[in-house]
Parts: sequence; structure tokens; C-alpha cells
Amino acid sequence: MKPVIKGSAYVLAHVPDLVRYGSKPYREIEKDPNLLPKIEKNLRRFLDVVAYPPNQVFIGNLTPDELRNIPQPWFENKLFSASSCGNFGEIVGENNFYGVLKLADANGYDLVWIENKFLSDIKKFGINIFFDEQSSQKMGEGKTIAEIQEKLALGPRMALPLFHNEKLIGCFNRSQDPHAQEDEALGPHPLMEGLAAKASGALALKHLIEKLKMSPEEIDFIISCSEEAVGDRYNRGGGSLAKAIGEMCGCINATGPDIKAFCVSPIYAIIVAASLVKAGVFKKVAVVGGGCLAKLGMKFQGHLESGYPIIEDTLGAAAFLIASDDRKSPIIRLDAIGKNNIKNSARQEDVTRAVVLEPLKKLGKRIIDIDKYAVQLENPEITVPSKTGDVPKKNYDMIAGLAVLNKEITPQEMAEFVKIRGMPGFAPTQGHIPAAVPYLGHAIEAIKNGGIKNAMFIARGSLFLGRMSQLHDGMSFIIEKNPKQKEAKKCLRKKRP
Amino acid sequence: MLKEKKAIIFGERDEIPGLSIEECLKAAGVKQEDIVFSLTECFV
Amino acid sequence: MSLEYQKSVKELAEKYGPENLVVVLGFLDEELVEIYATTLTLGDPSYSGSLAGVALRLKVYHILEPEVKDQIPEVVYQEQMGLAEITTGQEKIKKISKMLKEIREK
Repeated sequence: MKPVIKGSAYVLAHVPDLVRYGSKPYREIEKDPNLLPKIEKNLRRFLDVVAYPPNQVFIGNLTPDELRNIPQPWFENKLFSASSCGNFGEIVGENNFYGVLKLADANGYDLVWIENKFLSDIKKFGINIFFDEQSSQKMGEGKTIAEIQEKLALGPRMALPLFHNEKLIGCFNRSQDPHAQEDEALGPHPLMEGLAAKASGALALKHLIEKLKMSPEEIDFIISCSEEAVGDRYNRGGGSLAKAIGEMCGCINATGPDIKAFCVSPIYAIIVAASLVKAGVFKKVAVVGGGCLAKLGMKFQGHLESGYPIIEDTLGAAAFLIASDDRKSPIIRLDAIGKNNIKNSARQEDVTRAVVLEPLKKLGKRIIDIDKYAVQLENPEITVPSKTGDVPKKNYDMIAGLAVLNKEITPQEMAEFVKIRGMPGFAPTQGHIPAAVPYLGHAIEAIKNGGIKNAMFIARGSLFLGRMSQLHDGMSFIIEKNPKQKEAKKCLRKKRP
Repeated sequence: MLKEKKAIIFGERDEIPGLSIEECLKAAGVKQEDIVFSLTECFV
Repeated sequence: MSLEYQKSVKELAEKYGPENLVVVLGFLDEELVEIYATTLTLGDPSYSGSLAGVALRLKVYHILEPEVKDQIPEVVYQEQMGLAEITTGQEKIKKISKMLKEIREK
């Protein structure tokens, strides 16, 4: 049975008041409290985040090729007719996200305290895929500002303040139970990271379920590829965000684990999901990745120095459904998986050969037989001001370079190769989220409507960051047109910003 | 210029990794113990 | 250049003597190469790290510079750097080499 990729969903949660809790801003503000007002002054408004062209590509209202035609800097070329609702998901505003965060905390742990008026406004006026008649009750009661301040007076080990428009609206607590008081893994900061990943991941999965017009009960198995280390002091990183996210989305007939391998996690998770479907173990497997709070504002210094707004102000999340053959969705070629084996050194040629050339050889194909390559798709407008280069461009150059070494193209044709078979980066620097898979939604559409016939998804992981090994990781898969798909009807897009 | 020196290496994952530079220096006669600092950055 | 790295390099320079050290870079962003080379030669231009006002005058090279390439056996160099040379292109390599040569001569 051939596994297919049925669909994907993408969500951005605009959380400017959580940027201060990103690892880099948090450390720098601790050293120099004067930085905070500078950061706040350069944060973006929700409308600017919606109108930001790369974000429109992420949620599926604009294609990567259309983004290429918009001059940079993109933050100065906003799309004023843009919508926060996308073909593949949505951009969620901060107040609504706090509501979802509160719902994610509805398991009796009482981690998120929100001020009375702010919470009742969310209940009354909030609009979100998760908000319904029951959600008000699930969100529980608010707190008075005095109660919140009393909690905050215990210091940052016990609670961290939550803001909206720079105004105090709540706090995030250490786990309240007595034996967690000395457990640093259950302090407010790591728990906030975990819950932000759960809430944003659940948003993506919920969108996926709605988009595919399916019941959450149909999902058999869920794999989380989120990076956050959820667990207590005896098992930091124990997991299972997958099940927590599934619970929030009503996937009552599913269970599932987390797969973690730095930025390569989504590729591993999709390959495992497709293998489970092919083996007949499960019929419908969801893969979900929640956002990474720690990476908010990671490159804020470069942005401040360049006079840019702080672009790393959104949590990114994505969800995918892998299912048995439906005779229309693109198939995942499990007979041509690329992998960078342990014996391989770190040298670029080894890694690129392993993930690009080896799987193609198995299919008797050449590099130029793949219509689109999706690589690490970090938005260059985030990385270039901090002098860390255009990440997708670097990866595309390596694939083009390999095509030169392979005598498929000449050095003069490299730029054209990158232009046609590559794309500009459009994903937030959220670790595993930009790992090639932001293109999956676009690829499914393009393959179905005949724009392209296949695409390769490649991610690379910096295992050395964990100090357990010096190894570099890399993994890839190919999707292609379903041979059983009836003649493609031209799919005219309805929504355009 | 390389021989008899202690080497400090700064590489990057998507550009040139530190380990690749190490291999080149060793082939040029730099001893492993003389590579006193070798780092591969991950910019994302 | 990050403050932690500045501190590490300063300590190494104190331990071994700056004249006994050589720095080899593998970054491809010209500005970043310039910042590292300037910091390790003349001191931290942003005046925020351990190397603020400290001119270590380390010799900073790029692995793709011809001067470095010439010292490495051809086979090994091709194996490790072949792809990087193609993707970087001769024009950029020349620019980086010229810039680093000038910084070393300062």
C-alpha cells in the first residue's frame, strides 16, 4: 500500500510580548535591563505581521515563487490586502493565543494565570478555531491583578509575568504541586516553552483536521516532531507532546510518541509515519510540530543594528497527515529515502551526496529530474542582518554544485538551477519548523494541479549542538504525483492577498 | 605558516564545517594536539 | 563576534602566545569574515567583549585562500573543499583573500 501525503497545515502565533522569553533576549536583558525598551520599540504590530509577505507564503496565500518577485526588504513591502486566514492555516494574534495557551493548560495544573478582565474579553470577543461554547468554561476563572502580583513577588523561579501590549495581564507559574518546587525542569520557563509548543502544535493539528474535513477520531497515531524537552528532572525531554496535542484536538483514538533529532525531526517523523501506513499498522498518521519559544528574538541584535523590526516574533507550527493511498494525493517514495550515515564525515560533499544523490540513484534519476527542492527554508531577512547568510541559498548552492560535479549542469547554469528548482526562504527561524516541510502544502497543490511532478524535501541537523557527538545529520524524502490521480484539473486559487 | 603553529578554527554547518578544516590542516602537517580550538557554528 | 568566543581566544593567546597561533575561518559571509578577522587582529570593534582595545594581531586566514590551499595536499583539499570552492565561486574567494591579506598587513 502506497503512503500518501494527504495534507498539511501551518500556523503562526504572533507573540511579541513573549519575545523577552526567547533564550537570547532573556539572557541579554538579564545582563542589561535597558535592552528591554529597545526590543519593545522594535516589535511589530499584528497587522504588519499578517501583511508580511513571507508569512503569507507560510500560511499558503502566496507561493514561494510569487515571493521572489516581491522586492526586499519584505517588511517594507507589506501586502495590505493580506488576510490572517490562509489556505493552509492562519496567523493567530497574541490575545487569542493566550486563550489557546489557557486551554492547553486545562489539565488542572494551573500554570497560566490570566487577569479577570483580559480573560473575560478573550471569552467574549476572541476568535479562534479552538473557541466554542465549552471553551469559556475550560479556560477557567481569571485572577485579580493583586493575586498575580503577589505570585510574581515570589520571584522568577516561581512565576514569570505575561504581558499584552506591554501591559501586565497574567503570569506563568512553576508547577504548583509540592514536590515540583525544587525541580528546575518544572519551573515557569521550561513549562512555558512546553506549553507554547503544545498550544501552537494543537492549533496546526486542529487546522489540518478541519482542512481535510475529517473527524479527529479518525486519526490512529500522532508523532510530534517538536523540539521542546517536556519532562521532569528525572527525564528531561521525556515527551510525549504528541499525545498532549492529540488530547487537545479530540483525537481520542490515537496515541503516539515524540521523535527528536534537531532540525531533521519532521523528516524522520514523516518517514516513520509513511512506513507505519505502508506496513499496514495504521491508516491515518498525523505528524505535528509545535513552535519554539526559545528561538524567539534569537537574532534580535542583528535586527536592531540594521534598523529592522524584530522579525522573530512568531511561533511557527505545522501538521501533516500521512494516509493510505487515496488515488489523488502525492505519494511518498519510501524506496528512495536519503540519509547521512554515521560513517560519513561532516564534509559538505558527503552530506549532500548522501541526502540528494544516493536516493536519486535508487530511482535511476538525476539531480535535474527533480522539479523542486525544499531545503532548510529559513527566511533570509531574519538571518542576513545578523551576518549569518541566506540559509536556503547556501543549501541550494551545494545541490547545484553537486549537479556541476555530476556534470549535469555547467557552473554558468548554477544560478538558473537554483532559481528554477529552489525557492526563497519564507519560514520563521523556529528550529525544526523551517526544515523543508513548510513547502509541503505548496508542493501538494503544485503536484495535484500539474505545476510540478515531484519534489525532494531535505533537512540537516546539527547534532553537535547537544555535545554528545560531532556528527552532522541529514535526511530526505521525495514525493511525486500519484500515478492513479485522474487527469489534473487546473486548480484555481480562490484566496489571494 | 601552518606548521609549528597552534590552530584555532571557526566553521559553520551550512558553509564549511570545522571538521573539514581540521582534515585539511592535518593533511598540511598540523598535529591533532595543536588544533587547540575547533568549532562548528549552527546559525539557525 | 560572540563574547564567549572572544574570551576563549584571548585565553588561548595568553596561554600559547599570539605569535604561535593561527586562525582559520570557514564562514562565507564576507562581513562576518571581516568582523572575526578585525576582532582577532585589532580588537573588538564593538567594544563589548574581552578583546575590546586588545590587539592580539593573530594571523587570520580563510580555508579557501590560495595561501592556505597551497599548503594542503591537492587530493585532501579537493575532497574536503571541492564543493565549497564551486559554490563560493572564484570572485568571492578573491575578495575574501584580498580583504584578509589587508587586515593581516595592518
